[in-house]
Amino acid sequence: MTEYVPSYPGTVTKYVFVESPDTTPAELAQRAYEISEGVMIKETCFGLQITGEEGEIEKVIAVLRTIDPTHIFVKDRGFPPGDHRRCRANLGGARPGYYGHENEMRLVPFIAKGIAALDDRKPTSDQQKKSSEKKTGSDDEPLDIDTFQKIINQES
Amino acid sequence: MAKVFIYPATSLILSDLVARWGHKPLGAALAIRERIQTAGVESPPLQITPEEPKKGLRYAAVEVPSGVRGRMSLYGPMIDEADAGIIVNEADFAFGCMGCARTDELIKFLLHKRKMPLLELKYPKNEDEGIQFVRAVREFLESLPGGSA
Repeated sequence: MTEYVPSYPGTVTKYVFVESPDTTPAELAQRAYEISEGVMIKETCFGLQITGEEGEIEKVIAVLRTIDPTHIFVKDRGFPPGDHRRCRANLGGARPGYYGHENEMRLVPFIAKGIAALDDRKPTSDQQKKSSEKKTGSDDEPLDIDTFQKIINQES
Repeated sequence: MAKVFIYPATSLILSDLVARWGHKPLGAALAIRERIQTAGVESPPLQITPEEPKKGLRYAAVEVPSGVRGRMSLYGPMIDEADAGIIVNEADFAFGCMGCARTDELIKFLLHKRKMPLLELKYPKNEDEGIQFVRAVREFLESLPGGSA
């Protein structure tokens, strides 16, 4: 019998999946690095894996969710990233559990649509804020053509 | 904040929706993590030791295969701990060997037996069903104590 010593005792690992036309895993990783304090971040093809103390991870995820609230999905993971029992680098095939994620990621656009349809929050993401700042008319009414022409004349 | 058992226990969508609206999802990862993070005797790949089928006796009879009892030692305590549950029926990826299949049946049985608030759904196949799915989950989570849905 061999003694077992955990690699990252007392830590929590969470997956952050992103399925968005506007946000990439690289952007998420960059933002996560900016705001993280002592958590381990691994960028993957589908998003991130974040490992560290639970409170710190929750803070990072809360901020990441605001980037693209309807297209970011978070889930707990049992193993830390790179664990030799799960990492595909050692197994030679897809990571166990990958096929389940792959299956659900096909349904995620429907869920994102549902969240967007029910979401009565005001725009919170950076992108939504930027786009709303650029608008000069109200959200409900299209910009009047005369007003639009005046803006063009002022700018030119 | 209520503890909500999710089935399939590895579901990304259910885990996210429950956490998104202020509750704690109870899924397979929590039970696996507990074992992976505990020092002891090496028992790869999931650190399931011969003790686990014994713990599973609380949920399944002794003549039930040890594979089912071992799995129930992961899920059983979480079902006991849960305040509510969400079940997605006929999920494409919720299949497996007889151990997995019988464990799945037992999980559903125990969830119903607990007589706690339960929501049963099917995964959406289009956008309209996606909206209905999310609405149903949200309304269910709103009805639980302590949610911020």
